[in-house]
Amino acid sequence: MNGRRGPIMSPGMARLVVIIALLVIWEVGARLYADPLFLCPPSQAVVALPRIFSDPKIIHAIWVTIYEVFVAFVLSVSFGMTIGLIVGLQGFTKKAILPVILLLYSIPQATVLPLFILSFGIGPAAKIAFGLSHGIFPVIVTTVGGVQNLRPSLLTAARSMGANRWQIFTSIVFPHMIPSFFTGMRLGMTLVLLGVLLAELYVSTAGIGFYTRLFAESFAPPDLFALIAVLAAIAVTLNEICRMGERRFSRWHNG
Amino acid sequence: MKKPSRLAAHLVQLGILVAVLGAWYWATLPGGINHLLLPPPIPVFEGFWVLFTADSIWPDLLVTVREWVTAVLLASVSGCTLGYLISRSGYAVRVFDPLLAGLYSIPAILLFPLYLLFFGLGPGSKIAIGTTIAFFPIVLNTIAGLAYVDKAYITAARSMGASDFQLFWSVMLPAAFPVVLTGLRIGCIVAFLSILGGETISSLAGLGHRIVSLAENMETSRMFSNILFAVLIAIVINVIVTFAEARGRRGMQ
Repeated sequence: MNGRRGPIMSPGMARLVVIIALLVIWEVGARLYADPLFLCPPSQAVVALPRIFSDPKIIHAIWVTIYEVFVAFVLSVSFGMTIGLIVGLQGFTKKAILPVILLLYSIPQATVLPLFILSFGIGPAAKIAFGLSHGIFPVIVTTVGGVQNLRPSLLTAARSMGANRWQIFTSIVFPHMIPSFFTGMRLGMTLVLLGVLLAELYVSTAGIGFYTRLFAESFAPPDLFALIAVLAAIAVTLNEICRMGERRFSRWHNG
Repeated sequence: MKKPSRLAAHLVQLGILVAVLGAWYWATLPGGINHLLLPPPIPVFEGFWVLFTADSIWPDLLVTVREWVTAVLLASVSGCTLGYLISRSGYAVRVFDPLLAGLYSIPAILLFPLYLLFFGLGPGSKIAIGTTIAFFPIVLNTIAGLAYVDKAYITAARSMGASDFQLFWSVMLPAAFPVVLTGLRIGCIVAFLSILGGETISSLAGLGHRIVSLAENMETSRMFSNILFAVLIAIVINVIVTFAEARGRRGMQ
């Protein structure tokens, strides 16, 4: 266990090797055994990438999804934080309202998806509303959690030195909340993406979900995998941005 | 001082419930919202009881629950096994943990159209999506639990001459168990949610299928009764799983 011999390569390198090995297995397996109507080797998906990016309809679809995700995310974060702060800052509202919010959070939103379509139509509005319904809850819950971690001694100290409500908020509550804001944003982003895609897959006329379904139903796996890869890249990038913010702004907090 | 404030909190919660039901009733009075968008509450609750008699929901519930149980079993067995194997070496943890965490951030629901192709419209595609989505929290928590057991425990057990099996059974497992259990709880819940999502997108039977087909026929009142039922099932599953986690945690100590 404690052998002095180091591993042959760094973990990052080995991770790359694992990914390449999996792709090679997929490539060989798909070429030898798979029905080309259902599964394609990854090389064909790579070839399909430029084709996808030269189709203005698909570019438009990607922008529609990004737009829906962006609006739903901004709404989730602003409403979620406001509600979280209002509920979390008062002991009583937290005791009274938080269980109601947690109950709503545990409702499987997929079951109410048809309602969103009935009320908001099949356009982007329904996707934004559905994304918001997914994203707002983790933001509220992490914000309330962040308020909870506020050290009461800091508040007492500030009050005894004569700080008013606004000063307490800007110089104690707000800086203290930054790490949980970012955690909430990351969780919110993941769920907003899930909600928007779920709604697009259910019924839509544009967006990545619509084309994923179209490509699957028209037996075009190379296009399908290329599109999934594009979306995966977007998802990982968004996630990394939030994670970087989380790390960057919680550094002083732990130090 | 503690008791009255808890009572007041419950009163507020009751007040919210009454206000929501009241607003619902008021909004659906003649001249209010179109009943196709929001049906009045009383027929919805009447329709809820019909679910157990004339308009039997049991076959669809059975389909969904069977899909859920299968997906949870597949995800737990594969997730725990793979997590255990990876956690055996610190090097493997450093290689695979970020890889799995990165994959976890990709919305797996996009694979659902593909699963429809592979496994058909029936339960197969729902089991596949439920398993995929539940797998990641389970494997990541198994790794987190087993790989980060305090080294002092391991050294102590080793120096007292514990065998590999003893080390695993009496030191690693109890230390890692709470974290693994949390992974299993999250896995159970997300599997159920994604199976409902899959049934909503396209399916032949199940709770999600019922809701969607009622929505497509514009039978909103019956749809609301079914939504109410699905929400209750989700809450029941949530309570059972949370209870099982707390129980398992206590049983281990």
